[in-house]
Amino acid sequence: MQTEQKFLLEQVLMQSEKTALTPETAQKLRVIRKEHNDKAVIFVGAGTCGLGAGAAETIKAAKKYLQEKNIESQVISVGCIGLCSSEPIMDVKLPGKKRLSFEKVKGADVASILDNIFAGNLPEHPMLGQFSDQEDQTSWSDVPSLNDHFFFKPQQRIVLENCGISDPVSIEEYIARNGYKAYLNALKIFSREDLCDFIEKSGLRGRGGGGFPTGKKWKFALATEADQKYLICNADEGDPGAFMDRAVIEGDPHKLLEGMALAAYAIGASKAYVYIRAEYPLAIERLVTAIKQAKEYGLLGKNIFGSAVDLDIVIKKGAGAFVCGEETALIHSIEGRRGMPRPRPPFPAVNGLFGKPTIINNVETLSNLTAIVNKGADWFSSMGTTTSKGTKVFALSGKIATTGLVEIPMGTTVRDIIFKIAGGIANGKKFKAVQMGGPSGGCVTEANLDIKIDYENLIKVGAMMGSGGMVVMDEDTCMVDVAKFFMDFIQRESCGKCIPCREGTRRMLEILESITSKPKNRETHEPLARMKGVMQLEKLGKVIKDTSLCGLGQTAPNPVLSTLKWFREEYEEHVFDKKCRAGVCTNLREYTINVEKCTGCTICAKKCPTGAILGGRKQPHFIIQDKCISCGSCEEACKFDAVMVS
Amino acid sequence: MKTTVQEILDQYPGAGRDSLIPILQQVQEKIGFLSEESVIEVGKYLKMPASKIFGVATFYNQFRFNQPGKYHVQVCRGTACHVLGSATVLDEIEKQLKVKAGQTTKDKLFSLEVVACIGACGLAPVININGEFHAKVTIDSIQSIFDSYRNREE
Amino acid sequence: MNLTIEVNNNIITADQGDTILEALNKNGMSVPTLCHMKGLFPTGACRMCVVEVEGRRNLVTACSEPVMNGMKIKTHSLRVIESRKTIVELLLSNHPDDCLYCERNGSCELQGLSEDLNIRERRISGQKNKFKLDVSSASIVRDPEKCILCGRCVRVCEEIEGVSAIEFVGRGSKTFIGTSFNHGLNLSTCVNCGQCIMVCPTGALKEKGHIWEVKDMLGKPEKTVVVHYAPSISVSLAEEFGLPSGYNMIGLMNAALRRMGFNYVFDTSFSADLTIMEEASELVHRVQNGGKLPMITSCCPGWIKYAEEFQSDLLENLSSCKSPQQMMGAIIKSYFAETENIAPENIYSVSIMPCTAKKFEQQREEMTQNGISDVDAVLTTRELARLIRLYGIDINKLEPELADSPLGTRSSAGKIFGTSGGVMEAAIRSAHYFITGKELVKFQVKGVRGLEGRKEAKVKVGELEVGVAVVSGLKNAEILMDEIRNGRNDLHFIEVMACPGGCINGGGQPIGTDEDAVKARMMSLYDIDEKDAIKVSHKNPYITELYDKFLGKPLGHKSHELLHTHYQIRDVN
Repeated sequence: MQTEQKFLLEQVLMQSEKTALTPETAQKLRVIRKEHNDKAVIFVGAGTCGLGAGAAETIKAAKKYLQEKNIESQVISVGCIGLCSSEPIMDVKLPGKKRLSFEKVKGADVASILDNIFAGNLPEHPMLGQFSDQEDQTSWSDVPSLNDHFFFKPQQRIVLENCGISDPVSIEEYIARNGYKAYLNALKIFSREDLCDFIEKSGLRGRGGGGFPTGKKWKFALATEADQKYLICNADEGDPGAFMDRAVIEGDPHKLLEGMALAAYAIGASKAYVYIRAEYPLAIERLVTAIKQAKEYGLLGKNIFGSAVDLDIVIKKGAGAFVCGEETALIHSIEGRRGMPRPRPPFPAVNGLFGKPTIINNVETLSNLTAIVNKGADWFSSMGTTTSKGTKVFALSGKIATTGLVEIPMGTTVRDIIFKIAGGIANGKKFKAVQMGGPSGGCVTEANLDIKIDYENLIKVGAMMGSGGMVVMDEDTCMVDVAKFFMDFIQRESCGKCIPCREGTRRMLEILESITSKPKNRETHEPLARMKGVMQLEKLGKVIKDTSLCGLGQTAPNPVLSTLKWFREEYEEHVFDKKCRAGVCTNLREYTINVEKCTGCTICAKKCPTGAILGGRKQPHFIIQDKCISCGSCEEACKFDAVMVS
Repeated sequence: MKTTVQEILDQYPGAGRDSLIPILQQVQEKIGFLSEESVIEVGKYLKMPASKIFGVATFYNQFRFNQPGKYHVQVCRGTACHVLGSATVLDEIEKQLKVKAGQTTKDKLFSLEVVACIGACGLAPVININGEFHAKVTIDSIQSIFDSYRNREE
Repeated sequence: MNLTIEVNNNIITADQGDTILEALNKNGMSVPTLCHMKGLFPTGACRMCVVEVEGRRNLVTACSEPVMNGMKIKTHSLRVIESRKTIVELLLSNHPDDCLYCERNGSCELQGLSEDLNIRERRISGQKNKFKLDVSSASIVRDPEKCILCGRCVRVCEEIEGVSAIEFVGRGSKTFIGTSFNHGLNLSTCVNCGQCIMVCPTGALKEKGHIWEVKDMLGKPEKTVVVHYAPSISVSLAEEFGLPSGYNMIGLMNAALRRMGFNYVFDTSFSADLTIMEEASELVHRVQNGGKLPMITSCCPGWIKYAEEFQSDLLENLSSCKSPQQMMGAIIKSYFAETENIAPENIYSVSIMPCTAKKFEQQREEMTQNGISDVDAVLTTRELARLIRLYGIDINKLEPELADSPLGTRSSAGKIFGTSGGVMEAAIRSAHYFITGKELVKFQVKGVRGLEGRKEAKVKVGELEVGVAVVSGLKNAEILMDEIRNGRNDLHFIEVMACPGGCINGGGQPIGTDEDAVKARMMSLYDIDEKDAIKVSHKNPYITELYDKFLGKPLGHKSHELLHTHYQIRDVN
């Protein structure tokens, strides 16, 4: 059976583009894709996010159910479909019927859902919809199409196409979904130059943040003579609030491998690396499996399908350093060095890994390639804005109703993503801002919600495409605190090589810390002295941006500068009024004891973690301000309302 | 008798510097940390000075240089815990165990680490010992917590 | 000159492939640098050299950016100056405020930059990093609090010396320069060459000072304080007093040393002659009796420790001769003590060296007789200058004086020891005489002179063609040793010096030593050789007398006891 299937798929792979599949073959492929089944199939979204939400329990319950009822059926772990807040998601496909998708299926819910389905009834459990593309299968009545779901309808899924739908550990299913066709065709019809041209024409730009035209970048490496060239896939996704790379690798690893194979061919690289965070064990496992499968099919290795092209793909696990997302730092890390960036030029495309021409592309960039080769450069460039083509995946998190991954055409407005796709702000609160581009980016405020997303427009409003993290903030978020959070992150992740980033981010963090906590001594007590600090932030930020060695430093001040630009009044309130309107910076508070009300019961003094409260038994107590850390324990403990907050 | 490190190195015939990080990752996985001996052994194999390896290893968050104790104590210094006095808790723990954060006690029973928010803010201030959470820790309760682990040893 | 660029509205020409910095320097312009090291690949760490380039969003570093035709550059725009100033202020915000107490007060690059950039108030302040002083090494003191992480020491240690005793440790604002597992420098592979001190812009690295001990001894009437100075000192000390590089101030130095109270002033070049007598004899012996070849010099203590650590399989190739410093020390406390009738324990023997490794060598266990050190204190060129200033001596008002006899008279062969290739040349001169009975024509060995890191020559000595190689900078030595290990067998004699160019560029020489200064010092040494009457060690009458009266013959019993040593394998970790 196994070899028979492999033989069939190899035939499919070798078949020329122009010859149509026989109806018999097409039917067999449909079976492999599980669109035509004679036994029921259960799919559970079991990416890292799904597992966190309890998908393992769901799978266990489903298997137990099938065993107990003696039903022959498969349970398949698929990746994440992107709707994280609805996890765990369980789909059921009965023979002859369309695939149904249920949301928030806990282990305990499984039995009743399956009882109903196997009896031919529609369960009561909340549903996302049914798959609409399986035309020869009967629809469930009164079930909306999944494509009409508010979360999916505005999306245009290219990169995420198979995520949460197909079995990520089955190369057979990937091939049956037209996989590796783009690669094998490209080997036949494109010269390396043609492929570079083709991708340049499509308008694809790097999705890792910089937005450099991919085809153009490739050409630098192609044009450089060398006995060895390298392709590196940058999967060192470290932005707090971005997880699309993980989802793609967990949900559709072969799409990435095929993209890498295309890119490697275009630049003439026979060796490729995936540099991936060690914190992504499931994604690494999926990649290891996928690489092994691709080798078995002869899609990786020597003389691929008789094309005289060789390709070997190796996984390198990162060891925990955000700066290794920077190209030259990443190269140093693979070489076994400290991940410190170096000046460019020379650019890696000319002089990179081990001194050889090296192209580094991000996971999302590479995962776009198959579709472009299959559907054409014009198809791709028909989507998006003048400068930015195709789609972009965004990771939505923070105070938003629906969290998850969305893929939208470039040119969609920020407002549409937040309010149409993601259902607006959680708990009926008011929108304040959305941080775009992680620690390198800035915030988009109400005033700019209607900008059409592309590389240039985001920069115009002080934000950044970055890797596509969108952290949504509501009225309960303190913008100074947000700036401090990102500055703290970047300060800890600075590699320490260049002075402005190493020393500058540290000083900026110190200033932010002093603004958000109670003034320690007389000098810093003066609002003017504190305001000087705020002005220092702007000056330092400018120099750090202007002089830092790498992208990390050059963008490090962005969150601070952006919040200073849009929310200066919040900074001023912290400085002059010692007030945090969101109530986040509790360290600003000054506690005093009302001598009239204090009975000297000593409870507050006992509760005080720093021993800041003095006073004898039955004597009024008082607080030594220098020792007080504004934790509020005394206020909580006092039975006589004697502790006052300012 | 081959050392654990040698067994790992055997998997990397003819390895160069680019195998350094994978080797260190495997060494740490096996023996829990990077000992000075293991670093020297790796250095001899890769023909790299120990200082260079130490420099690389200290650059990345992943690597540790002390044998973790039998009980690994993580003190959360996230915002919620901070507000409720985790700094004093940490001081007291350092005093009682006679080690600083990042070190292991002489009897190798406890090691101490300060971690960023571990997401148990409702229990603040919280410490985590080998996966067991201890909630609302105070200066007074620390002694009895450690004693309960010491008692397991007797 | 094939490119035209515009700098501050002036048109200048530049070569294709030049960096902006190189183009500026060639045209007599400059921008400040901290991490830049001529000849090494730019790291772009300090950002001091940033300039404004038209069409570029951010400032670019002149050290790493290649020039392009038509490039428009501003080296001192408001934006550039403000950036540089802020960078220096950021460094100062994490730097101790103890300039007055600092060794490098007055020669500190950070101090110079803050002066140049007119920094007159503290605009940026915050927490400073705290580190412990590392005084564990016999030669070098490290003060990481003063370190600005320019990385020059790390690079010189790795790329020039091939030692890599130190490296960046940690990340971000917690980064520091440290040894493996933060041990003291004494436990590291450090060979004490002091090249790190020479490149350090601040007071983070300095020599272990012996100056106070020497001053104390000068004040003790019961002590006979003897001093001797290495061949290169007389041509490098001048720079400490504002005199031109290479100016030979040997006479003034003798006078100054006497003014300070040294009882006897000797010249280490005398014991360099002695070294040649032993070493050339050893070479001849090895060549004629099938001994281990190639023979390798042993005067450089940095090289010796390096060999003990990294080339321990070649230790048999090392000459067993002690270095001139140690030979002099041994002779002072034996022959000199005997002839002057002073108890060795009452002699306090000071050597003045261009070198920090000599401080390590001096305290090696092998370098003692009956528990008494052959040499008691080692001062660097820098320390000597400081001592002269301490004693208020005005060098310009002194009359030149001669050194004392008998250990103060040298041949010029001993003098050229100070430069790379000098030991080789001096040894060949004598070996030629020992083998053929005739002097080498013109006394010159072509091909071993100059400042290149590696020089090789074939020398005809009678019937024998002797293959010689001279390397300086231990990275170059490493490459040559690998060749020998891999079977290269055309070499008989190799000279190795740890410091690039030899002792004239030693780790104890004046701060600010550059290529031009080193060249001038070398020229000065060869000039002295050219003009000297006695150009070979075996013709130094006092050497002959020493053998006649005391030592017997080269490689004899007494020589072995006093002038030869042995080496130990050191485990590298």
